[in-house]
Amino acid sequence: MSLKLGVPSKGRLMEKTFAWFDKRGITLSRTGSDREYAGRVDGIEGVSLVLLSAGEIPRELAAGRIHLGVTGTDLVHEKLPLWDQQLEEVAPLGFGQADLIIAVPACWADVDTLDDLDAAAAGFRARHGHRLRIATKYHRLVREFLTGAGVADYTLVDSQGATEGTVKNETAEAIADITSTGETLRANHLKILSDGLILRSQATLWRSRVAPMDAVEKSALDQFLQRLSQ
Amino acid sequence: MITRARILEQAAQLRARFEAAGAQTVETPILQPAETLLDLYGEDIRARAYITSDALRGEQMLRPDFTVPVVQKHMEHGAEPARYTYAGEVFRRQEHDPDRANEYIQVGYEVFDRTNPAAADAEVFALIAQALDGLALRAATGDIGILMAAVAGLKTTEPRKAALMRHIWRPRRFRALLDRYAGRAPVPPARAALLKAADPLAGGAPEIGKRDRADVEARIAVLRADAAAAPISDNEMAGLDALLSVRETMPYALEHLRDIAVDLPQITPALDRLEARIAALRARGIDVDRLDFEASYGRTSMEYYDGFVFGFYAERRPDLPPIATGGRYDALTRRLGNGAEIPAVGGVLRPGLMLLLAEAET
Repeated sequence: MSLKLGVPSKGRLMEKTFAWFDKRGITLSRTGSDREYAGRVDGIEGVSLVLLSAGEIPRELAAGRIHLGVTGTDLVHEKLPLWDQQLEEVAPLGFGQADLIIAVPACWADVDTLDDLDAAAAGFRARHGHRLRIATKYHRLVREFLTGAGVADYTLVDSQGATEGTVKNETAEAIADITSTGETLRANHLKILSDGLILRSQATLWRSRVAPMDAVEKSALDQFLQRLSQ
Repeated sequence: MITRARILEQAAQLRARFEAAGAQTVETPILQPAETLLDLYGEDIRARAYITSDALRGEQMLRPDFTVPVVQKHMEHGAEPARYTYAGEVFRRQEHDPDRANEYIQVGYEVFDRTNPAAADAEVFALIAQALDGLALRAATGDIGILMAAVAGLKTTEPRKAALMRHIWRPRRFRALLDRYAGRAPVPPARAALLKAADPLAGGAPEIGKRDRADVEARIAVLRADAAAAPISDNEMAGLDALLSVRETMPYALEHLRDIAVDLPQITPALDRLEARIAALRARGIDVDRLDFEASYGRTSMEYYDGFVFGFYAERRPDLPPIATGGRYDALTRRLGNGAEIPAVGGVLRPGLMLLLAEAET
């Protein structure tokens, strides 16, 4: 059998991943029609390409169904609480940089820190009769971060997209989302808390610690890792 | 081999023991409406309990403990005084330690009785200690009510006391607030700028969201009042620090706390209750001279307890969670009682862990 490398199946993340490997003499390409998720690997023996949604790559690595995979640190940390036992970071790829942050309306002149957010949440609950809502798709990371900081009286509401719009639409009072330039936040009249950085993320190549390997796959992995370190 | 059948048998024996002590057996559904627990514990409960949902009933929780449903049942139609026992599965989500069970059997004993709280505390502790007899366990006790009384009686503003009270169960946050209110932590730069600004709302950012201008203005008014208030005195701070570090056997702890009450006289009624509890425990045959008391005990894990708290630990197995825990939760009955309230105290045991230890010791 061959070593399985999981790569995001579409968009800029896929293109940049292909380019990153290309620089190291490993050519990844999609085969068949535009809509068919099949690919090939040239320039190295014994490695096959698996095209997947970036969000599914952590799970596939943790289950040992792929040996290597490219996905963001944010997704790995969110989906795999014990990620460092299941995965090993091989190399950060230097793109897809994004920070997971907590942002509140810029008009909240009284809120700059998590400490302020906690006090604002207490006041909000007393006046409005429900907890202050924070929209996010990173439930576990955000909850652990806020618990660690001692923030209470909030509730997380799920938002899988257009999260920056939830405050204006009054489905949430604050958000926790990834941002790279802060442009979208500013456009939506939001500001980042000064101590509201939860995680710095970038596209990263991971190796599964649990995927079974035969001798052939093991030697393919050694060659692959050696090529990357050149 | 500790089979489920053996655990259930052990649980039935424990429950029978509590029935013999006068408790009535109660059953509660495994699926609990999520709303009550979410309202009590907020987002933190989602990290500890399994939440599921359907289209008709919405979010429901796999029973993370019996106390809340038993209190609800009692507040709805319980006679007074009441003693309850139960045995069954509880479910706890585990995200960090694969060795911790996410489903286990718990047996509990709860007392709702307003006549003599000290005697009720001693009754629950003694019954559980007897049930654990023969296992090499260390008992720890504490009393959250003493710290709460200390905070309630501080010579400082009401908003400060409310903020400290809100974070009693989050020691780090509590400490940070205390240091700020005592003038021992620097004012964050953004806060200083805000307080200096003639019109803090002149920033020009459009007003969006449900937390509106009135909310922001109200908080700024609180911050301004806070900045003008005198710091918590060194005397009171020293008293609180001394209180939080008390860790001795029960009678010595009481003696030490009586000294601290010279600076913090507001804790005296809580200390009288501790003294009565010590006498009641002694009357029940508990060797209080060898029973540990820590004033900070129970602050990190036991959010609904507001008085006496206790736990039993296997000293030779520090990897195990406590074998039994319990405490007083008068405030919880108030929260769930729609205006009614009753002093309540209870404790739970884990028969599976008891069997595990018994097996290791033979």
